[in-house]
Amino acid sequence: MKMNLRVSAVAALGAAMIISGGAYAQANEQFVPVLVYRTGPYAPNGVPVANGFVDYLKLINARDGGINGVKLTWEECETGYATDRGIECYERLKGKGPTGATAFNPLSTGITYALTEKVGADKIPLFTTGYGRSESKDGSVFKWNFPFMGTYWVAADILVQHVTKKEGGADKMKGKKIALVYHDSPYGKEPIPVLQEHAKRLGFELLTLPVTHPGVEQKATWLQIRQQRPNYVFLWGWGVMNSTAMKEAIAVGYPRSQMFGVWWAGAEPDVLTADDAAKGYNAITLQHGAEKTTVHNEIIKHVHDKGQGTGEKKEIGQVLYNRGMISAMLVVEAVRSAQGKFGKKPLKGEEVRWGAENLKIDAARIKALGMEGMIQPIATSCADHEGAQKARIHSWDGDKWSFTSDWYQADEKVLGPMIAAASKKYAAEKNITPRDCSKE
Amino acid sequence: MLYREAGQFRTTYQADQQLFPIRQDRIAVLLLLAFAFAVVPLFASEYLFRAILIPFLILALTAIGLNLLVGYCGQISLGTGAFMAVGAYAAYNFAIRVPSLNLLLVFVLAGLVATVVGVLFGTPSLRIKGFYLAVATLAAQFFIDWLFARVGWFTNYTPSGSVTAPQLNLFGWTIDSPTEKYWLVLAIVCLIALAAKNLTRSAIGRAWMATRDMDVAAEIIGIRPIYAKLSAFAVSSFFIGIGGALWAFVHLGSWEPLAFDINRSFNLLFMIIIGGLGSILGAFLGAAFITILPLFLNQLPAWLGINVSTATISHMEFMIFGALIVFFLIVEPLGLARLWTIGKEKLRLWPFPH
Repeated sequence: MKMNLRVSAVAALGAAMIISGGAYAQANEQFVPVLVYRTGPYAPNGVPVANGFVDYLKLINARDGGINGVKLTWEECETGYATDRGIECYERLKGKGPTGATAFNPLSTGITYALTEKVGADKIPLFTTGYGRSESKDGSVFKWNFPFMGTYWVAADILVQHVTKKEGGADKMKGKKIALVYHDSPYGKEPIPVLQEHAKRLGFELLTLPVTHPGVEQKATWLQIRQQRPNYVFLWGWGVMNSTAMKEAIAVGYPRSQMFGVWWAGAEPDVLTADDAAKGYNAITLQHGAEKTTVHNEIIKHVHDKGQGTGEKKEIGQVLYNRGMISAMLVVEAVRSAQGKFGKKPLKGEEVRWGAENLKIDAARIKALGMEGMIQPIATSCADHEGAQKARIHSWDGDKWSFTSDWYQADEKVLGPMIAAASKKYAAEKNITPRDCSKE
Repeated sequence: MLYREAGQFRTTYQADQQLFPIRQDRIAVLLLLAFAFAVVPLFASEYLFRAILIPFLILALTAIGLNLLVGYCGQISLGTGAFMAVGAYAAYNFAIRVPSLNLLLVFVLAGLVATVVGVLFGTPSLRIKGFYLAVATLAAQFFIDWLFARVGWFTNYTPSGSVTAPQLNLFGWTIDSPTEKYWLVLAIVCLIALAAKNLTRSAIGRAWMATRDMDVAAEIIGIRPIYAKLSAFAVSSFFIGIGGALWAFVHLGSWEPLAFDINRSFNLLFMIIIGGLGSILGAFLGAAFITILPLFLNQLPAWLGINVSTATISHMEFMIFGALIVFFLIVEPLGLARLWTIGKEKLRLWPFPH
């Protein structure tokens, strides 16, 4: 017993020394927290996103020596897509680096909801590129949230626009049936209000079919689809749920060309397991798809060829890799924009928030970033934290993703009042007085 | 030396039956409480509060609730997550529908709603036992998960099904800093642990233990099984409901039904098995083991300066954690609390064992 006590005392002392030794000196560095899920049922999709994100940060350091001389540092934290682990990661990383965390990319709608309650107090912006809470576009209420480049509401709206166009006009939608097969979580439920609104407006029937986490059991759902024969199926799945859905669609003989996924259900891992059977399957991209442009060559040249690549080389240019890369680009650009006002030094989250709110990425800047053709110009403001509401559809031809539609613009007449109502409700619940955007 | 009991004579029944009959224990517990209430807030960082201490305390509280049912009364339950969810959503609905309600009252009401639901799902225990009862409580888990995901009224018709807790206000005191939240949780946990400890020492606790050890014999000596089993379900669900409300309001702040899924139930069951069935201390030890150890393992490589990929760390975390569970179960099947008891017995004799 005595021996044990002594051993544990020494161990505790050692641990304490290690912890205190971990704090590092002030440096000309900007710390970026990276929340990832490289394990668990969503890992096949989480890994390329994380790799793209980190590769882009590496590129900025290797090619440009940081952002205007301020080196980027980062640390990954595994959330496993679980909200409580996400909160732990947030608490772990928020104070690191000389100025604290730059901005959080939670990569999960559940974690986004939980962190929305916390980031205000810590003054750290929350970037949700193409996901998160749809009403957080309204920056006057959601001061710290930035759902860049479209939300699930934008995706749902544009999907309806696309099928309406396919059918040949709004009058043709009456009596049609659309089934929404969704992941039974805040993520999957986000599009429902917009689809309901459209169903009311256009007169189609909406079937909502939930699939429980993680989504490997979908027999009952697809039996319902076989019985009901909807004209279109919208798939709001994630991870293994998508490839399972693809297999079930084949099993019940539902044509893939009438299936439309959200962008989380429109990447290589979702269709590769189904191979040829997934041919004709469509998905909405919130802007980019699986392109390879100048920036990818730069990543190969400056990062992968030097043996610094985060993942495998073949991932570069895939849909989810690009998503991670663009999320990182937006963090970097927000910092750059903030440096224009606050000076070229490590910035606090609060200053980065200003940068994100005054982000202007025009066509020339997109070209300079090497992302020509991938994204459309983004301009944020106090009232609009989204920056752009455009999307297009891409389809799987059994071998690769290619675009099969033009750019669509989300219908502000439908979404505008919904966002205003939802953010007003949130403000009332939380006693938030909306900022006056005309004075910002 | 530590446990020199010479000179401590207990001359009344009262003195013999008190919570901590040994003076050293009393002093140690008081010191521990003083440390937790006064000293910890002086040095603890925000990370320690928000990511470790608060979740640990709340889960320990919930584990106490479950331990009363499983450890003391012998009724296996896999519906803990569901009863936590009932507490969380009940608290949410009371808080937003009657905003003037006092926060503590909200928690108590949430506990009472969980009690009703717990008793309802506990009634099958009168007819079925063991694994069969576990399956019956599993039904509660799935049904309640489904209920909160599907019925819009419970979530105040939020489109995403994710609800957020209102601001915590207690007699005009706004609880928002981590230290204040910690104090609130710690105070509630202390009260409930004390109540639970005393319940297990009273007639009702003895009735539970008699039912656990042999229900037929208990019935013969005059313990009504319906009373013993349902009271265990009631008290246990009450504590678990309060735990759920705290988990949602104080720890998560915003949650969806997934926060209280079947994994949470298993987690809590593992806590009391590892910590020690039928022990209040065991609930604390088990909660510490299950909540803090994975975080420790996850961060250990970074502290040691070893560069390992995030995925590898996560896999290692699972493997080491699993191996440690197996190890502890083999070395001490009665749980960590039993190790403590053995240690204490030895300390009482040390340095002159017979």
